[in-house]
Amino acid sequence: MQYALEISHLEKVYKGGFHALKGINLKVEQGDFFALLGPNGAGKSTAIGIITSLVNKTQGQVKVFGHDIDKELEKAKTYLGLVPQEFNFNQFESLLTILINQAGYYGVNRKLALERAEKQLKQLELWDKRNDSARMLSGGMKRRLMIARALMHNPQVLILDEPTAGVDIELRRSMWDFLRELNKQGITIILTTHYLEEAEMLCRNIAIIDNGIIVENTNMKALLATLDVETIMLDVKANGPNAELKEFVVRKIDSHTLEIDIKKGQSLNQVFGQLTEQGIEVLSMRNKSNRLEELFVRLVNKGTNASTHAETIGAN
Amino acid sequence: MQSAVNRTALKSILHKEVHRFMRIWVQTLVPPAITISLYFIIFGTLIGSRIGDMGGIDYMSFIVPGLIMMSVITNSYSNVASSFFSAKWQRNVEEMLVAPVPNWVIVAGYVGGGMIRGMLVGLIVTVVSLLFVDLQIHNIWVIIATVCLTSAVFALGGLINAIFANSFDDISIIPTFILTPLTYLGGVFYSISLLPEFWQGVSQINPIVYMVNAFRYGFLGISDVNLTAAFLVLLTFVVVLYSIAMTLISKGIGLRS
Repeated sequence: MQYALEISHLEKVYKGGFHALKGINLKVEQGDFFALLGPNGAGKSTAIGIITSLVNKTQGQVKVFGHDIDKELEKAKTYLGLVPQEFNFNQFESLLTILINQAGYYGVNRKLALERAEKQLKQLELWDKRNDSARMLSGGMKRRLMIARALMHNPQVLILDEPTAGVDIELRRSMWDFLRELNKQGITIILTTHYLEEAEMLCRNIAIIDNGIIVENTNMKALLATLDVETIMLDVKANGPNAELKEFVVRKIDSHTLEIDIKKGQSLNQVFGQLTEQGIEVLSMRNKSNRLEELFVRLVNKGTNASTHAETIGAN
Repeated sequence: MQSAVNRTALKSILHKEVHRFMRIWVQTLVPPAITISLYFIIFGTLIGSRIGDMGGIDYMSFIVPGLIMMSVITNSYSNVASSFFSAKWQRNVEEMLVAPVPNWVIVAGYVGGGMIRGMLVGLIVTVVSLLFVDLQIHNIWVIIATVCLTSAVFALGGLINAIFANSFDDISIIPTFILTPLTYLGGVFYSISLLPEFWQGVSQINPIVYMVNAFRYGFLGISDVNLTAAFLVLLTFVVVLYSIAMTLISKGIGLRS
């Protein structure tokens, strides 16, 4: 099995004593679409910073396609493309200049860099802006520019730190399509996001990090399968308050809205069958909350309780 | 293979650096020409005509090498200090840090950019000086060696300043409080042989005295200091400052958390 990324016992203690990473282990397979989730301050950006050598690690090992960053840093860097959370390009340079310079840092000559820049900017619908100063771009365009820049040296692994933060829904969906297409082409994608729906829709594998510890690392389907109960909301035409469903917990929110808990193994057909028998017409259905969101909250709370418990024991 | 990658990376940094100061040429190339022209008019033509000779050379011709050197020093330093600190401040320095660019290429690229600006401004000032004096050249190789080493020393100094700087104020403190006094006291406008013995001794610890005098020797064939000592001082500064810059960047001081 070829791993795009292998992290072992990675620790980071910042000056001032903040323990951002407490010995995390992580493996990302080649070709994976991997989500690294966690609340603010959990250690996601620190981990990404260490992988891309923007942050010095305190301990541990990071390998990119088998190349240890302590021994073969420059080789490891050639595999990685980074789209950081904050805009970090020269605001006064043109888009073409930014892309061509970036390619040059990876040894791509200007002629080839220009060809690649044209391809990336056209794909990301920025070609018309190629000679504009980067500061003139909208927020969404700046994010796309950073994706184009990260792809200039044809990386094998693309790391995106909150790529769709502050991006409108239409653009977010087009970026999802673009990332799916890159993944189909064989590029391993690792992303951190606050939009859990994004992780659920895009990623095959997932790690949840909290307080510097990996609290879950599994594939998305297996993770979602651990949910025992899912809550759906039904908008009904009439008689909603009178609905009685055997074997289901039903809460009547208002005259036209029902909230129903569906346990693992129960079928939606049973719900609709019983409602039809009672003459209740269903107009629409939606999930009460994102399923992953529920799991995330549960896991993070579990992690927090565990670490609090451990600290209490340590204090004694 | 890696050397070809490094060469392209170095060319990219140099291209970026030259493009930066050429894009804002009104701020980077024109002011030194105006400032030095004023020096020529005031110290050379107006006051200089009353001073007469300095070391057997007419005063205007005497100050030309020092004034060229002064503009080379200032511009080499400020170019790198300003460019590297801006890259830190806007965080686009990360573009290089995530790429497989060896640290020596980053140092060489920025220092090379500073040297090119310093020498380009030096050339402009030399051309301006031709309006005021007939320049003679005593030894072109001494001129070239001195200007290259001096611009390298101050470009490295600017880089180290920018690595430590946390605000734009921090990149103006050293030029204002250290560089400018050392330059004015570095024998640009006078021969240190005119100073009392004690101050002559003090001047010996000012590195700019060696740079200005070596450069003046290249033009006029006169110097207050030994030429070999001057080149030793220059080479020592290049080696020491390069080592410091490399160590700082390797450790990620001011760049990596």
